[in-house]
Amino acid sequence: MTPSLSSPPPLIHPIWVRLMHWSNALAFLVLLTSGWRIYNASPFLPLHIPADVTLGGWLGGALLWHFAAMWLLVVNGLLYLTVGLAGGRLRERLWPIRLPLLWQDLVDALRGRLNHVDLRHYNQVQRAAYVFAVLDIVVLVMSGLVLWKSVQFPLLRTLLGGYETARRVHFAGMAGGFGFLCVHVLMTLRFPQTLRAMLLGR
Amino acid sequence: MTTRKFRQTPGSVVRGDQAAASVEPAPPTAQTPILSTPDRALLLKDSSRLLQAPARRQWLRGAVTLGGLSLLTGCEIGGGNQAEQFLKAVSRLNDRAQGLLFDPNHLAPTYTEAEVTRPFPFNAFYDVEEVTEVEESDWQLSVSGLIQDRSPWTLAGLRALPQEEQITRHICVEGWSAIGRWGGVRFSQFLQRIGADTTARFVGFRCFDDYYTSIDMATALHPQTLLTLTYDGQVLPKEYGHPVKLRMPTKLGYKNPKYIAELFVSNVNPGGYWEDQGYNWFGGS
Repeated sequence: MTPSLSSPPPLIHPIWVRLMHWSNALAFLVLLTSGWRIYNASPFLPLHIPADVTLGGWLGGALLWHFAAMWLLVVNGLLYLTVGLAGGRLRERLWPIRLPLLWQDLVDALRGRLNHVDLRHYNQVQRAAYVFAVLDIVVLVMSGLVLWKSVQFPLLRTLLGGYETARRVHFAGMAGGFGFLCVHVLMTLRFPQTLRAMLLGR
Repeated sequence: MTTRKFRQTPGSVVRGDQAAASVEPAPPTAQTPILSTPDRALLLKDSSRLLQAPARRQWLRGAVTLGGLSLLTGCEIGGGNQAEQFLKAVSRLNDRAQGLLFDPNHLAPTYTEAEVTRPFPFNAFYDVEEVTEVEESDWQLSVSGLIQDRSPWTLAGLRALPQEEQITRHICVEGWSAIGRWGGVRFSQFLQRIGADTTARFVGFRCFDDYYTSIDMATALHPQTLLTLTYDGQVLPKEYGHPVKLRMPTKLGYKNPKYIAELFVSNVNPGGYWEDQGYNWFGGS
Protein backbone atom coordinates (compact mmCIF):
# COMPACT_ATOMS: atom_id res chain seq x y z
CA MET A 1 0.00 0.00 0.00
CA THR A 2 1.43 3.34 -0.99
CA PRO A 3 0.93 6.05 1.58
CA SER A 4 -0.66 9.12 0.04
CA LEU A 5 1.24 12.30 0.65
CA SER A 6 -1.70 14.63 0.23
CA SER A 7 -5.06 13.92 1.81
CA PRO A 8 -7.95 13.55 -0.65
CA PRO A 9 -9.92 16.71 -1.36
CA PRO A 10 -12.75 17.25 1.13
CA LEU A 11 -16.16 15.79 0.33
CA ILE A 12 -18.46 18.61 -0.74
CA HIS A 13 -21.67 16.72 -1.44
CA PRO A 14 -22.32 13.32 0.16
CA ILE A 15 -23.87 10.67 -2.04
CA TRP A 16 -27.42 11.19 -0.73
CA VAL A 17 -27.31 14.87 -1.65
CA ARG A 18 -26.11 14.08 -5.15
CA LEU A 19 -28.71 11.34 -5.73
CA MET A 20 -31.51 13.56 -4.46
CA HIS A 21 -30.27 16.55 -6.44
CA TRP A 22 -30.34 14.66 -9.74
CA SER A 23 -33.63 12.91 -8.92
CA ASN A 24 -35.10 16.33 -8.21
CA ALA A 25 -33.62 17.73 -11.43
CA LEU A 26 -35.17 14.89 -13.46
CA ALA A 27 -38.57 15.26 -11.77
CA PHE A 28 -38.51 19.03 -12.16
CA LEU A 29 -37.61 18.92 -15.86
CA VAL A 30 -40.35 16.39 -16.62
CA LEU A 31 -42.91 18.39 -14.61
CA LEU A 32 -41.81 21.66 -16.21
CA THR A 33 -41.98 20.49 -19.82
CA SER A 34 -45.13 18.39 -19.43
CA GLY A 35 -46.69 21.25 -17.46
CA TRP A 36 -46.05 23.58 -20.40
CA ARG A 37 -47.99 21.20 -22.63
CA ILE A 38 -50.86 21.10 -20.11
CA TYR A 39 -50.85 24.91 -19.90
CA ASN A 40 -51.09 25.09 -23.71
CA ALA A 41 -54.38 23.15 -23.61
CA SER A 42 -56.04 26.18 -22.06
CA PRO A 43 -53.72 29.20 -21.74
CA PHE A 44 -54.83 32.00 -19.46
CA LEU A 45 -52.08 34.40 -20.55
CA PRO A 46 -51.30 35.65 -24.06
CA LEU A 47 -48.46 33.16 -24.04
CA HIS A 48 -48.15 29.89 -25.94
CA ILE A 49 -45.24 27.56 -25.15
CA PRO A 50 -43.63 26.21 -28.37
CA ALA A 51 -44.72 22.57 -28.66
CA ASP A 52 -41.15 21.47 -29.48
CA VAL A 53 -39.95 22.14 -25.93
CA THR A 54 -42.89 20.39 -24.30
CA LEU A 55 -43.17 16.78 -23.23
CA GLY A 56 -45.99 14.33 -23.84
CA GLY A 57 -46.99 14.73 -27.49
CA TRP A 58 -50.58 15.63 -26.56
CA LEU A 59 -52.51 16.67 -23.45
CA GLY A 60 -53.13 13.08 -22.32
CA GLY A 61 -49.46 12.17 -22.67
CA ALA A 62 -48.35 15.32 -20.86
CA LEU A 63 -50.74 14.55 -18.00
CA LEU A 64 -49.34 11.01 -17.69
CA TRP A 65 -45.80 12.36 -17.42
CA HIS A 66 -46.87 15.10 -15.01
CA PHE A 67 -48.74 12.80 -12.63
CA ALA A 68 -45.91 10.26 -12.69
CA ALA A 69 -43.08 12.74 -12.05
CA MET A 70 -45.01 14.38 -9.19
CA TRP A 71 -44.43 11.26 -7.07
CA LEU A 72 -40.67 11.45 -7.62
CA LEU A 73 -40.65 15.17 -6.79
CA VAL A 74 -42.71 14.76 -3.62
CA VAL A 75 -41.11 11.56 -2.25
CA ASN A 76 -37.60 12.78 -3.05
CA GLY A 77 -38.37 16.23 -1.67
CA LEU A 78 -39.76 14.88 1.60
CA LEU A 79 -36.72 12.61 2.02
CA TYR A 80 -34.40 15.54 1.32
CA LEU A 81 -36.11 17.80 3.84
CA THR A 82 -36.19 15.04 6.47
CA VAL A 83 -32.53 14.07 6.11
CA GLY A 84 -31.43 17.67 5.56
CA LEU A 85 -33.22 19.01 8.61
CA ALA A 86 -32.54 16.06 10.94
CA GLY A 87 -28.89 15.79 9.93
CA GLY A 88 -28.35 19.55 10.24
CA ARG A 89 -27.02 19.97 6.72
CA LEU A 90 -29.71 22.44 5.65
CA ARG A 91 -29.04 24.62 8.66
CA GLU A 92 -25.29 24.36 8.30
CA ARG A 93 -25.21 25.21 4.59
CA LEU A 94 -28.18 27.53 4.11
CA TRP A 95 -28.33 29.41 7.40
CA PRO A 96 -28.04 32.18 8.44
CA ILE A 97 -29.17 34.52 5.71
CA ARG A 98 -28.60 38.17 6.71
CA LEU A 99 -30.15 40.83 4.52
CA PRO A 100 -27.22 43.31 4.60
CA LEU A 101 -24.78 40.51 3.80
CA LEU A 102 -27.11 39.18 1.09
CA TRP A 103 -27.22 42.63 -0.48
CA GLN A 104 -23.45 42.92 -0.34
CA ASP A 105 -22.97 39.48 -1.90
CA LEU A 106 -25.54 40.24 -4.57
CA VAL A 107 -23.75 43.47 -5.55
CA ASP A 108 -20.43 41.60 -5.61
CA ALA A 109 -21.93 38.75 -7.62
CA LEU A 110 -23.32 41.12 -10.24
CA ARG A 111 -19.91 42.80 -10.50
CA GLY A 112 -18.33 39.39 -11.03
CA ARG A 113 -16.32 39.64 -7.83
CA LEU A 114 -17.95 36.82 -5.91
CA ASN A 115 -15.93 33.64 -6.09
CA HIS A 116 -16.57 30.00 -5.25
CA VAL A 117 -13.25 29.21 -3.54
CA ASP A 118 -14.59 26.82 -0.92
CA LEU A 119 -17.50 24.91 -2.42
CA ARG A 120 -18.55 23.75 1.06
CA HIS A 121 -19.37 27.30 1.96
CA TYR A 122 -22.34 28.91 0.25
CA ASN A 123 -22.35 32.69 -0.11
CA GLN A 124 -25.49 34.62 0.83
CA VAL A 125 -26.84 34.73 -2.73
CA GLN A 126 -26.54 30.97 -3.03
CA ARG A 127 -28.23 30.43 0.33
CA ALA A 128 -31.11 32.70 -0.60
CA ALA A 129 -31.44 31.07 -4.03
CA TYR A 130 -31.45 27.51 -2.64
CA VAL A 131 -33.94 28.39 0.09
CA PHE A 132 -36.08 30.01 -2.62
CA ALA A 133 -35.90 26.81 -4.70
CA VAL A 134 -37.09 24.71 -1.75
CA LEU A 135 -39.93 27.09 -0.90
CA ASP A 136 -40.89 27.38 -4.57
CA ILE A 137 -41.27 23.60 -4.83
CA VAL A 138 -43.37 23.61 -1.64
CA VAL A 139 -45.68 26.20 -3.25
CA LEU A 140 -45.79 24.18 -6.49
CA VAL A 141 -46.72 20.99 -4.63
CA MET A 142 -49.40 22.70 -2.52
CA SER A 143 -51.01 24.49 -5.48
CA GLY A 144 -50.64 21.30 -7.53
CA LEU A 145 -52.56 19.38 -4.88
CA VAL A 146 -55.39 21.91 -5.13
CA LEU A 147 -55.49 21.55 -8.92
CA TRP A 148 -55.36 17.75 -8.75
CA LYS A 149 -57.79 17.22 -5.86
CA SER A 150 -59.51 20.51 -5.11
CA VAL A 151 -62.52 18.84 -3.43
CA GLN A 152 -60.39 16.58 -1.23
CA PHE A 153 -58.17 19.36 0.22
CA PRO A 154 -60.66 22.06 1.25
CA LEU A 155 -58.32 23.85 3.67
CA LEU A 156 -55.49 24.03 1.14
CA ARG A 157 -57.97 25.15 -1.53
CA THR A 158 -59.20 27.99 0.69
CA LEU A 159 -55.64 29.01 1.61
CA LEU A 160 -54.74 29.24 -2.07
CA GLY A 161 -57.83 31.28 -2.94
CA GLY A 162 -59.79 28.57 -4.79
CA TYR A 163 -59.19 26.49 -7.91
CA GLU A 164 -58.69 29.31 -10.42
CA THR A 165 -56.30 31.24 -8.17
CA ALA A 166 -54.38 28.03 -7.49
CA ARG A 167 -53.86 27.69 -11.26
CA ARG A 168 -52.18 31.12 -11.31
CA VAL A 169 -50.15 30.31 -8.20
CA HIS A 170 -49.00 27.05 -9.81
CA PHE A 171 -48.01 28.95 -12.97
CA ALA A 172 -46.15 31.60 -10.94
CA GLY A 173 -44.37 28.82 -9.04
CA MET A 174 -43.38 27.29 -12.37
CA ALA A 175 -42.07 30.65 -13.60
CA GLY A 176 -40.07 31.10 -10.37
CA GLY A 177 -38.66 27.60 -10.58
CA PHE A 178 -37.79 28.02 -14.26
CA GLY A 179 -36.08 31.32 -13.44
CA PHE A 180 -34.07 29.61 -10.71
CA LEU A 181 -33.15 26.78 -13.09
CA CYS A 182 -31.87 29.22 -15.75
CA VAL A 183 -29.69 31.15 -13.28
CA HIS A 184 -28.53 27.90 -11.65
CA VAL A 185 -27.42 26.41 -14.99
CA LEU A 186 -25.72 29.68 -16.04
CA MET A 187 -23.80 29.81 -12.76
CA THR A 188 -22.77 26.17 -13.24
CA LEU A 189 -21.37 27.05 -16.65
CA ARG A 190 -19.50 29.96 -15.06
CA PHE A 191 -18.13 27.76 -12.24
CA PRO A 192 -17.85 24.22 -13.73
CA GLN A 193 -16.17 22.91 -10.57
CA THR A 194 -19.61 23.08 -8.91
CA LEU A 195 -20.99 20.66 -11.50
CA ARG A 196 -18.05 18.34 -10.91
CA ALA A 197 -18.73 18.45 -7.19
CA MET A 198 -22.41 17.62 -7.68
CA LEU A 199 -21.48 14.69 -9.93
CA LEU A 200 -18.43 13.27 -8.15
CA GLY A 201 -18.83 14.69 -4.68
CA ARG A 202 -15.49 16.52 -4.63
CA MET B 1 -76.86 23.92 -37.57
CA THR B 2 -76.20 20.39 -38.74
CA THR B 3 -77.31 17.94 -36.15
CA ARG B 4 -77.14 14.21 -35.78
CA LYS B 5 -80.54 12.79 -35.01
CA PHE B 6 -81.03 9.51 -33.27
CA ARG B 7 -84.08 7.40 -32.89
CA GLN B 8 -84.17 5.02 -30.01
CA THR B 9 -83.21 1.58 -31.29
CA PRO B 10 -81.63 0.03 -28.24
CA GLY B 11 -79.11 -2.61 -29.07
CA SER B 12 -78.24 -1.83 -32.65
CA VAL B 13 -77.44 1.89 -32.29
CA VAL B 14 -75.79 1.62 -28.92
CA ARG B 15 -73.77 -1.50 -29.64
CA GLY B 16 -72.81 -0.20 -33.06
CA ASP B 17 -71.69 3.10 -31.60
CA GLN B 18 -69.73 1.40 -28.91
CA ALA B 19 -67.88 -0.66 -31.49
CA ALA B 20 -67.11 2.48 -33.45
CA ALA B 21 -65.93 4.28 -30.37
CA SER B 22 -63.62 1.47 -29.37
CA VAL B 23 -61.60 2.21 -32.50
CA GLU B 24 -59.09 4.82 -31.45
CA PRO B 25 -60.86 8.04 -32.32
CA ALA B 26 -59.70 11.29 -33.81
CA PRO B 27 -58.44 14.04 -31.53
CA PRO B 28 -61.01 16.70 -30.72
CA THR B 29 -59.49 19.15 -33.18
CA ALA B 30 -60.00 16.88 -36.20
CA GLN B 31 -62.30 18.37 -38.78
CA THR B 32 -65.14 16.09 -39.72
CA PRO B 33 -67.02 16.87 -42.94
CA ILE B 34 -70.44 18.25 -42.17
CA LEU B 35 -72.94 16.51 -44.40
CA SER B 36 -76.68 16.71 -44.60
CA THR B 37 -77.25 12.96 -44.33
CA PRO B 38 -76.60 12.00 -40.74
CA ASP B 39 -75.71 8.38 -41.51
CA ARG B 40 -73.20 9.41 -44.12
CA ALA B 41 -71.68 11.88 -41.73
CA LEU B 42 -71.33 9.19 -39.11
CA LEU B 43 -69.74 6.80 -41.56
CA LEU B 44 -67.21 9.43 -42.61
CA LYS B 45 -66.54 10.29 -39.00
CA ASP B 46 -65.73 6.68 -38.24
CA SER B 47 -63.48 6.36 -41.29
CA SER B 48 -61.59 9.47 -40.30
CA ARG B 49 -61.06 7.88 -36.90
CA LEU B 50 -59.61 4.76 -38.46
CA LEU B 51 -57.23 6.93 -40.47
CA GLN B 52 -56.19 8.76 -37.34
CA ALA B 53 -55.57 5.62 -35.34
CA PRO B 54 -51.90 4.96 -36.23
CA ALA B 55 -51.07 8.59 -35.51
CA ARG B 56 -52.66 8.24 -32.11
CA ARG B 57 -50.64 5.13 -31.31
CA GLN B 58 -47.50 7.13 -31.93
CA TRP B 59 -48.36 9.67 -29.31
CA LEU B 60 -45.86 8.64 -26.69
CA ARG B 61 -43.20 7.32 -28.99
CA GLY B 62 -43.00 10.81 -30.47
CA ALA B 63 -43.16 12.29 -27.03
CA VAL B 64 -40.09 10.64 -25.53
CA THR B 65 -37.87 11.75 -28.37
CA LEU B 66 -39.04 15.36 -28.22
CA GLY B 67 -36.28 17.82 -27.59
CA GLY B 68 -33.82 15.07 -26.72
CA LEU B 69 -35.75 14.26 -23.57
CA SER B 70 -35.25 10.59 -24.38
CA LEU B 71 -31.91 10.95 -22.64
CA LEU B 72 -33.62 11.94 -19.43
CA THR B 73 -36.06 9.06 -19.50
CA GLY B 74 -33.39 6.51 -20.26
CA CYS B 75 -35.43 5.37 -23.23
CA GLU B 76 -33.91 4.95 -26.65
CA ILE B 77 -35.78 6.09 -29.74
CA GLY B 78 -38.43 3.47 -30.31
CA GLY B 79 -38.55 2.65 -26.61
CA GLY B 80 -41.85 4.50 -26.41
CA ASN B 81 -43.71 1.32 -25.61
CA GLN B 82 -41.80 0.82 -22.38
CA ALA B 83 -42.28 4.44 -21.39
CA GLU B 84 -45.95 4.18 -22.27
CA GLN B 85 -46.39 1.00 -20.24
CA PHE B 86 -44.62 2.55 -17.29
CA LEU B 87 -46.71 5.72 -17.43
CA LYS B 88 -49.94 3.75 -17.72
CA ALA B 89 -48.92 1.63 -14.72
CA VAL B 90 -48.36 4.83 -12.72
CA SER B 91 -51.76 6.06 -13.90
CA ARG B 92 -53.37 2.89 -12.46
CA LEU B 93 -51.49 3.62 -9.22
CA ASN B 94 -52.92 7.14 -9.34
CA ASP B 95 -56.42 5.65 -9.74
CA ARG B 96 -55.90 3.75 -6.49
CA ALA B 97 -54.37 6.75 -4.72
CA GLN B 98 -57.36 8.89 -5.70
CA GLY B 99 -59.76 6.17 -4.56
CA LEU B 100 -58.05 6.25 -1.16
CA LEU B 101 -58.05 10.06 -1.02
CA PHE B 102 -61.73 10.24 -1.98
CA ASP B 103 -63.78 11.19 1.07
CA PRO B 104 -67.53 10.75 0.47
CA ASN B 105 -68.19 13.43 3.10
CA HIS B 106 -66.13 16.11 1.33
CA LEU B 107 -68.50 18.27 -0.70
CA ALA B 108 -67.43 20.35 -3.68
CA PRO B 109 -67.88 24.08 -3.01
CA THR B 110 -71.18 25.57 -4.13
CA TYR B 111 -71.73 29.05 -5.54
CA THR B 112 -74.42 31.69 -5.87
CA GLU B 113 -76.50 32.23 -8.96
CA ALA B 114 -74.59 35.47 -9.65
CA GLU B 115 -71.35 33.48 -9.94
CA VAL B 116 -72.65 31.22 -12.75
CA THR B 117 -70.48 31.42 -15.89
CA ARG B 118 -72.55 32.80 -18.77
CA PRO B 119 -72.50 31.48 -21.38
CA PHE B 120 -71.41 28.13 -20.01
CA PRO B 121 -68.82 26.72 -22.47
CA PHE B 122 -69.63 23.84 -24.78
CA ASN B 123 -67.00 21.10 -24.87
CA ALA B 124 -66.89 17.70 -26.58
CA PHE B 125 -64.69 15.66 -28.90
CA TYR B 126 -66.49 17.30 -31.86
CA ASP B 127 -67.72 20.79 -32.83
CA VAL B 128 -70.86 22.36 -31.42
CA GLU B 129 -72.38 22.20 -34.96
CA GLU B 130 -72.29 18.42 -34.76
CA VAL B 131 -74.06 18.25 -31.45
CA THR B 132 -76.27 15.22 -30.90
CA GLU B 133 -80.03 15.82 -31.02
CA VAL B 134 -82.17 13.29 -29.25
CA GLU B 135 -85.95 13.28 -29.62
CA GLU B 136 -87.54 13.37 -26.19
CA SER B 137 -90.43 11.18 -27.27
CA ASP B 138 -88.07 8.53 -28.65
CA TRP B 139 -85.69 8.60 -25.74
CA GLN B 140 -85.51 6.11 -22.96
CA LEU B 141 -82.78 5.21 -20.55
CA SER B 142 -81.68 1.59 -20.60
CA VAL B 143 -80.44 0.25 -17.29
CA SER B 144 -78.61 -3.04 -17.02
CA GLY B 145 -75.95 -5.03 -15.19
CA LEU B 146 -76.03 -5.73 -11.47
CA ILE B 147 -79.47 -4.23 -10.80
CA GLN B 148 -82.84 -5.68 -9.84
CA ASP B 149 -85.24 -3.64 -11.99
CA ARG B 150 -84.14 -3.49 -15.62
CA SER B 151 -87.15 -1.71 -17.03
CA PRO B 152 -86.10 1.33 -19.06
CA TRP B 153 -86.84 4.85 -17.88
CA THR B 154 -88.69 7.60 -19.72
CA LEU B 155 -88.03 11.30 -19.18
CA ALA B 156 -91.43 11.64 -17.55
CA GLY B 157 -90.47 8.91 -15.12
CA LEU B 158 -87.21 10.66 -14.21
CA ARG B 159 -88.95 14.04 -13.88
CA ALA B 160 -91.44 12.49 -11.45
CA LEU B 161 -88.63 11.59 -9.03
CA PRO B 162 -87.56 14.06 -6.29
CA GLN B 163 -85.46 16.83 -7.92
CA GLU B 164 -82.60 18.87 -6.50
CA GLU B 165 -80.29 21.61 -7.76
CA GLN B 166 -76.62 22.50 -7.37
CA ILE B 167 -74.43 25.40 -8.49
CA THR B 168 -70.96 23.92 -8.76
CA ARG B 169 -67.69 24.34 -10.59
CA HIS B 170 -67.04 22.18 -13.63
CA ILE B 171 -63.30 21.61 -14.00
CA CYS B 172 -62.01 20.55 -17.40
CA VAL B 173 -58.94 18.34 -17.84
CA GLU B 174 -57.59 21.16 -20.03
CA GLY B 175 -57.39 23.36 -16.95
CA TRP B 176 -60.26 25.82 -17.43
CA SER B 177 -63.28 25.80 -15.16
CA ALA B 178 -66.81 27.20 -15.27
CA ILE B 179 -69.63 27.44 -12.76
CA GLY B 180 -72.99 26.01 -13.76
CA ARG B 181 -76.43 25.44 -12.29
CA TRP B 182 -77.64 21.88 -12.65
CA GLY B 183 -80.84 20.14 -11.61
CA GLY B 184 -82.05 16.56 -11.54
CA VAL B 185 -82.21 13.38 -9.53
CA ARG B 186 -79.65 12.49 -6.91
CA PHE B 187 -77.87 9.54 -8.51
CA SER B 188 -77.56 7.51 -5.30
CA GLN B 189 -81.35 7.64 -4.95
CA PHE B 190 -81.80 6.57 -8.56
CA LEU B 191 -79.42 3.64 -8.04
CA GLN B 192 -81.35 2.69 -4.95
CA ARG B 193 -84.64 2.84 -6.89
CA ILE B 194 -83.42 0.47 -9.62
CA GLY B 195 -82.08 -1.88 -6.97
CA ALA B 196 -78.45 -1.47 -7.98
CA ASP B 197 -75.85 -3.59 -6.21
CA THR B 198 -73.99 -0.71 -4.56
CA THR B 199 -71.24 -3.09 -3.45
CA ALA B 200 -70.32 -3.45 -7.13
CA ARG B 201 -67.28 -1.45 -8.24
CA PHE B 202 -68.31 0.46 -11.36
CA VAL B 203 -71.12 2.26 -13.11
CA GLY B 204 -70.69 2.48 -16.88
CA PHE B 205 -72.36 4.83 -19.37
CA ARG B 206 -73.00 4.62 -23.10
CA CYS B 207 -74.04 7.76 -24.89
CA PHE B 208 -75.75 8.73 -28.14
CA ASP B 209 -72.68 10.64 -29.38
CA ASP B 210 -70.46 7.51 -29.33
CA TYR B 211 -69.06 8.62 -25.99
CA TYR B 212 -68.68 6.15 -23.18
CA THR B 213 -67.19 6.38 -19.70
CA SER B 214 -67.38 4.78 -16.28
CA ILE B 215 -67.04 5.80 -12.63
CA ASP B 216 -66.27 4.21 -9.28
CA MET B 217 -69.20 3.30 -7.03
CA ALA B 218 -68.04 5.65 -4.22
CA THR B 219 -68.38 8.63 -6.57
CA ALA B 220 -71.68 7.31 -7.93
CA LEU B 221 -73.03 7.39 -4.36
CA HIS B 222 -71.59 10.86 -3.54
CA PRO B 223 -74.40 13.23 -2.49
CA GLN B 224 -73.51 15.74 -5.24
CA THR B 225 -73.59 13.20 -8.07
CA LEU B 226 -76.66 14.21 -10.06
CA LEU B 227 -78.56 12.54 -12.89
CA THR B 228 -79.03 15.89 -14.58
CA LEU B 229 -82.23 16.90 -16.39
CA THR B 230 -82.03 20.71 -16.29
CA TYR B 231 -79.50 23.48 -16.77
CA ASP B 232 -80.08 26.91 -15.24
CA GLY B 233 -83.71 26.11 -14.58
CA GLN B 234 -84.44 25.03 -18.19
CA VAL B 235 -84.72 21.61 -19.81
CA LEU B 236 -81.12 20.47 -20.35
CA PRO B 237 -80.10 22.07 -23.70
CA LYS B 238 -78.65 19.84 -26.40
CA GLU B 239 -75.22 21.49 -26.07
CA TYR B 240 -75.00 20.25 -22.48
CA GLY B 241 -76.25 16.74 -23.08
CA HIS B 242 -80.02 16.72 -23.63
CA PRO B 243 -81.92 14.84 -22.41
CA VAL B 244 -79.78 13.45 -19.56
CA LYS B 245 -76.21 13.86 -18.39
CA LEU B 246 -74.43 12.82 -15.22
CA ARG B 247 -73.03 15.76 -13.28
CA MET B 248 -70.25 15.14 -10.74
CA PRO B 249 -68.48 18.16 -9.22
CA THR B 250 -65.99 15.65 -7.76
CA LYS B 251 -64.80 14.61 -11.23
CA LEU B 252 -63.18 16.29 -14.22
CA GLY B 253 -65.40 17.17 -17.18
CA TYR B 254 -64.60 14.12 -19.32
CA LYS B 255 -65.96 11.85 -16.58
CA ASN B 256 -69.37 13.59 -16.82
CA PRO B 257 -71.22 11.80 -19.66
CA LYS B 258 -73.80 13.67 -21.76
CA TYR B 259 -76.60 12.29 -24.01
CA ILE B 260 -76.80 9.15 -21.86
CA ALA B 261 -78.48 6.20 -23.62
CA GLU B 262 -77.63 3.40 -21.24
CA LEU B 263 -76.11 2.87 -17.83
CA PHE B 264 -75.02 -0.35 -16.22
CA VAL B 265 -73.55 -1.55 -12.92
CA SER B 266 -70.55 -3.83 -13.21
CA ASN B 267 -67.55 -5.28 -11.45
CA VAL B 268 -65.49 -5.09 -14.63
CA ASN B 269 -64.01 -1.68 -15.41
CA PRO B 270 -65.75 -0.53 -18.62
CA GLY B 271 -63.06 2.10 -19.37
CA GLY B 272 -63.93 5.24 -21.30
CA TYR B 273 -63.52 7.15 -24.55
CA TRP B 274 -60.66 9.37 -23.36
CA GLU B 275 -59.56 7.07 -20.56
CA ASP B 276 -58.73 4.30 -23.07
CA GLN B 277 -56.46 6.77 -24.89
CA GLY B 278 -54.50 7.78 -21.81
CA TYR B 279 -56.52 10.16 -19.65
CA ASN B 280 -56.48 9.02 -16.04
CA TRP B 281 -59.46 6.74 -15.37
CA PHE B 282 -60.37 8.04 -11.91
CA GLY B 283 -60.20 11.66 -13.08
CA GLY B 284 -61.37 13.01 -9.73
CA SER B 285 -60.96 16.44 -8.20
